[in-house]
Amino acid sequence: MGRRDDIHTIMVIGSGPIVIGQACEFDYSGTQACQVLREEGYRVVLVNSNPATIMTDPATADVTYVEPLDVDVVTDILERERPDALLPTLGGQTALNLTMALVERGVTARLGVEVIGARPEAIATAESRDLFKVAMADIGLAVPESGFARDVDQALTIAESIGFPIIIRPSYILGGAGTGIAHSAPELVRLAAEGLSASPIGEILVERSVAGWKEYELEVMRDHADNCVVICSIENVDPMGVHTGDSITVAPAQTLSDVEYQAMRDDAFAVLRRVGVETGGSNVQFAVDPETGERLVIEMNPRVSRSSALASKATGFPIAKIAARLAVGYTLDEIRNDITRVTPASFEPTIDYVVTKIPRWAFEKLPGSVAELGTRMQSVGEVMAIGRNFAESLQKAFRSLEQGRLGFAVGSDSEFAELADDALWRACATATPDRFFAVHEVLRRGAGVDDVAAATRIDPWFVHQMYEIVARENELSDVSLASLDRRGWLRFKQWGFSDAQIALLTGVDSAEVTRLRREAGAHTVFKTVDTCAAEFEAATPYHYSTYDDVSEVAPSSRERVVIVGSGPNRIGQGIEFDYCCVHASLALRTMGYETVMVNCNPETVSTDYSTSDRLYFEPLTAEDLDEVILAESGTGGHLAGVIVSLGGQTPLKLAHSLDPSLVLGTPVASIDAAEDRERWSAICTGLGLRQPPGGVAVSLEGAREVVRRIGYPVLVRPSYVLGGRAMEIVDDDATLSRVMTNLTGAHGALAREGGVSATRPILLDRFLDDAVEVDVDAVRDSSGDLFIAGVMEHVEEAGVHSGDSACALPPPTLSAPVLATLESYTRSIADALEVVGLINVQYAVKDEEVYVLEANPRASRTVPFVAKATGVAVAQVAVRVMMGQTLARMREEGLVPPGTPRPDYVSVKEAVLPFSRFPGVDTVLGPEMRSTGEVMGVGESFGIAFAKAQLAAGTRLPDRGQVFLSLADRDKVAGLVLARQLAELGFTLAATLGTAGYLRAHDVPVATLLGKIGVGEPGVDAVHAIASGEIQMVINTPSGKGAHADGAAIRGACVTYGVACLTTMAAGFAAARGIDDSRAQGWRVVSLQELHG
Amino acid sequence: MNRVPATLVLSDGAQFEGYAAGFLPRSGVTTGEFVFNTALSGYQETITDPSYAGQIIAFTYPHIGNYGVTPLDEEAGRPWCSGVVVRELSDLPSNWRSVGPLEGFLVQHRVPAIVGIDTRRLTRHLRRYGALPGAFGHADPAAVAAAARVAVGTDGTDLVSQVTTRETYQRGDGSRHVVALDYGIKTTMVHQLARRFRVSVVPATMDADAIRALAPDGLFLSNGPGDPGALDAQVQVLDDLVGTLPIFGICLGHQLLARSLGATTYKLPFGHHGSNHPVKDLMTGRVEITAQNHNYAVAADSLGRSEVSHVNLNDGVVEGLTATALGCFSVQYHPEAGPGPHDARYLFDRFEALVNDGITESH
Repeated sequence: MGRRDDIHTIMVIGSGPIVIGQACEFDYSGTQACQVLREEGYRVVLVNSNPATIMTDPATADVTYVEPLDVDVVTDILERERPDALLPTLGGQTALNLTMALVERGVTARLGVEVIGARPEAIATAESRDLFKVAMADIGLAVPESGFARDVDQALTIAESIGFPIIIRPSYILGGAGTGIAHSAPELVRLAAEGLSASPIGEILVERSVAGWKEYELEVMRDHADNCVVICSIENVDPMGVHTGDSITVAPAQTLSDVEYQAMRDDAFAVLRRVGVETGGSNVQFAVDPETGERLVIEMNPRVSRSSALASKATGFPIAKIAARLAVGYTLDEIRNDITRVTPASFEPTIDYVVTKIPRWAFEKLPGSVAELGTRMQSVGEVMAIGRNFAESLQKAFRSLEQGRLGFAVGSDSEFAELADDALWRACATATPDRFFAVHEVLRRGAGVDDVAAATRIDPWFVHQMYEIVARENELSDVSLASLDRRGWLRFKQWGFSDAQIALLTGVDSAEVTRLRREAGAHTVFKTVDTCAAEFEAATPYHYSTYDDVSEVAPSSRERVVIVGSGPNRIGQGIEFDYCCVHASLALRTMGYETVMVNCNPETVSTDYSTSDRLYFEPLTAEDLDEVILAESGTGGHLAGVIVSLGGQTPLKLAHSLDPSLVLGTPVASIDAAEDRERWSAICTGLGLRQPPGGVAVSLEGAREVVRRIGYPVLVRPSYVLGGRAMEIVDDDATLSRVMTNLTGAHGALAREGGVSATRPILLDRFLDDAVEVDVDAVRDSSGDLFIAGVMEHVEEAGVHSGDSACALPPPTLSAPVLATLESYTRSIADALEVVGLINVQYAVKDEEVYVLEANPRASRTVPFVAKATGVAVAQVAVRVMMGQTLARMREEGLVPPGTPRPDYVSVKEAVLPFSRFPGVDTVLGPEMRSTGEVMGVGESFGIAFAKAQLAAGTRLPDRGQVFLSLADRDKVAGLVLARQLAELGFTLAATLGTAGYLRAHDVPVATLLGKIGVGEPGVDAVHAIASGEIQMVINTPSGKGAHADGAAIRGACVTYGVACLTTMAAGFAAARGIDDSRAQGWRVVSLQELHG
Repeated sequence: MNRVPATLVLSDGAQFEGYAAGFLPRSGVTTGEFVFNTALSGYQETITDPSYAGQIIAFTYPHIGNYGVTPLDEEAGRPWCSGVVVRELSDLPSNWRSVGPLEGFLVQHRVPAIVGIDTRRLTRHLRRYGALPGAFGHADPAAVAAAARVAVGTDGTDLVSQVTTRETYQRGDGSRHVVALDYGIKTTMVHQLARRFRVSVVPATMDADAIRALAPDGLFLSNGPGDPGALDAQVQVLDDLVGTLPIFGICLGHQLLARSLGATTYKLPFGHHGSNHPVKDLMTGRVEITAQNHNYAVAADSLGRSEVSHVNLNDGVVEGLTATALGCFSVQYHPEAGPGPHDARYLFDRFEALVNDGITESH
């Protein structure tokens, strides 16, 4: 049958910004889809608002729109491009929802666009729980008893007929937002109200809770000839009740007999057929009663998902790629298995190893959130590890998390070691990010497998595996490493104990452990992920380490480069760095090098085995990296070096353990110099650059000393941390005392990250009020030539973390002299640090004076944005420079423009924040980064680009209606100007008593007075007004640090009800400009190819 | 658990280190032909499958025994394989169906095992050099190596006579009567037949007259161990019966039917053993995922009076034959699925229809 020739142009919709529940897995699947469709000769039109993706690289699709994923905008694009087909199944829930909206509005029918991959009726059946329930009843499959409710009373009636515990699930949501388990009527009332507001259609499912049952997922594929295959089975270690995205999961299923597995497989196919998924990949979730084997269908996703990305990495079977081919007419048996290259894709992968996925959370960055796991997904990233047994993969996964733990067995190095027994058992029973370490501690104290399984509802098989790890850990305390033979070492190494972990548990130095181990002949070997358990030869070198007899790393004679990836997504280090690592591989392969990728994040493009010549799916620790380098050094050919400067902090931390001659580009010493407060200050002073006054301290007394010299307000931050972790602006002594005590305490915020010491001091800087912050990204080559790739002006003033601030390129307000100063400062800093590659410098500009804040001689978060905004592949330029090419040569080749790019359009990057997941967290922006992702808006003016970016980030700026102002005293002068602008734009104004008084005193009419909560002020309470739709936009600037509860409630209400909320004056002004420009000029959709052409 | 060190040696001298598990024979040495099985689940069905007689099963999936054992999953009254090779044998099974750990089952049935070896290295070795005889055990490594040097494979050996039933037995109460020749029949096959027919399971040594005397409406040829080339007597029985009644063969039954129809068989390098083999039904074009367990196959260039009905999409091996005019068909793989996917159970329905209709010209 083969490829469809009746379609020529296909639109692919991406998933938009990285948010909780939708991360880089959709960059991976979407990129694969675009590549496959182009290989098949189709013209691909891509829409995605996320500039940090590989997917939105101009080379990935024929036409790339970085535009908001909004039904009106996408309609404009469809009208302009007139594709024959629309493929919605590779862009997550966002793409499905958007497609359904287009179908419901009749857009696809009007324009003759065929939805391929999943028919709209199939999407509706899978997505609407009501239709799904009926569909399952049709095919005789059981689902948990349930009913739908559109109000709280209805929910209560249903719950009482089913009986508690009851689970609440809102309709049409992603990642389980607004979901919860109620054990009593009052709890149900609260959760039902939350769920109703989380659902875009105001509907919730009230359902029998099967919390504590075993949870499984099958990743299945079907082609239009009705051939069905299971790609992977996944078993959740955390039982039902913890969202699968927040669960530790294992592939393949471990505790299902073949009889049960085959029955589940039959059910999964029946579900696919009944729902009507004609082609592509789907995910079917099941719950199994551990006592009786009763099996219920929980849900299905008629699209590729986070789990399918994991399944692809876990098996080597590229689900998204195959799904794209199936969507254009192929059948499974017509598609070749990528890895064996001789067998067809119509088979079921089998594996000879165990894969463990562990989520990574960011509760520490979200004060006010409760670090408890439930049916609402809260993790921001994940790691995957491969081992020859469960224990090895579990321990590798824990050390991949980069949270200071060396594995599962951590001896007494655990916060749970001090707990009394009863408190410890409670910690085991409550699902939290750390509960497995409570389980570790309770096993260490001698608890039995059955008791732990009963308390945690974790299957006894898994508990027993952990018990066995602990047994080996105990053995280590009185073993003499020198006397161990190879068999003796394998007893520990095969169970995932790293040398560093053995060092911790035995008190022997880590290097000595490695030496003794190698001397005994216990060498690290690398096996291959091959889809077939070695039945066929693998053509794709996708490796993982283990301890066995033979290694499968194949020799090659080409010169090669190792690229160290960025590990799990976390706030402050995400897809932007994966983008840079992928670009490094692209550039190096073009230059003729063999590339070797090392990473442990299953969501990413970097861990697609086709991105690099060899992939090592490994934890990013010094020891694991050392073993990879050893393997790559010993196989013939020459290791040219290791790239550590493109993956964020993770590879930089590892750079110290590498042979300095292997580090490509900027020397590690320069990176250290920029991080080291004293040396960095000395460099700036030497260069005559202005810096905010500051100092370092390791104690409160030291901090007071610094403040006496520089005065308040001060910015306090630890060294060597990510994304402004634990950073605060301090106005007074009391706050300074609180902040320093928290930072330096034995159980303080930094305890797991190495604490505070003379080499890792706390940094204190005078904070510059109302300064404009500027980011500069540049590339310097080894001849000293410099290319300023981008100058970005932040919308929010200095003090808001650069990762959370919107920024614009080219800078809209900076004067020519300031720009000249920025360029010359950047040049002299890059020279002084002997940068070869990327450097990012952050500046504050106040009253035309430029202050240097910090420099990072490595890839920054903004590199992909700069590339999309200017059309220059900055990361690739940097890699070429690191390999010795000059900028001069690249200018000749046209890879680098003659000067700093100054596009005649404006690009605005906006941050996307996870507040809707964390109801208790204040949404005010500050020096600690909290955004999970970013979007880009492009327009002829700053205003339009800003408004587009807001829409892409999920907030539509209103065109009419009422704006509510609640301003801090210091903002009232500026607020007056803004209020007048808004009034001129035709908005009516509402304000709090204080703000209204000020505005009225200056002849600005205020129509509505809104009261703060609990203050007894006159007027309707602001939260109520927001909830009832009387307010279309809120401008709320908090008064000083420690935002008041009422402000937090107002901002929280905006998040809940989707009302635009701006928390800085600068953003308020930008919004006003956005509204004005949009009205005056209108929006035009434009592709990157047009902009850069 | 503290285990005794053990060695595994193949006839070509390749050596592996592990630990003895399961039944520990007094000699400390077990010999047989090593084959690898790539299925992720179904170890108990595999270990009790009589087709593995004379063979040592190396499981490629590292964790075996996780969900314990149950009498419900036995494919025969006892295991017939000579031994098993496992990376990690579970000490603590967890499943509501389980009555005990796999290791206890192995000890009870005197099946020796070796654990902790690099099973992937073994698999790659067998892939490269073909299924090899060899030995393993906790005896002195030199003794194991010596045993490996003289160990023999399954070529030319009649293993069927060891595993077939001694007595005829009946199952099912359907209106039609099917005789099942037991070359080493799996319980799941008997179940699948008994759901549709009255079945007489008879010894593999029964001759054609004795079979005819049972007045069957159809004949079923079961799976079984070893080399079909060594079973001339069984082929002769079929020569007498082919064309006189509907026949359905599976695995060894398929190979013997093929021989009777004029085809020849040959030994594959390392066989097909697993639950994920794609087979295309040439009649419908549908792909089914199948359970397979065979070292021998029917040569595609020697089909005699039969036609190919099914092929393996991985390597083109003949997976099914049909001789419509003679009312016979057979498959190399395991549609009964014990263990394995259920995709091909429709073949039993096809047999039922054939038995109901009898052999007619229209077929």
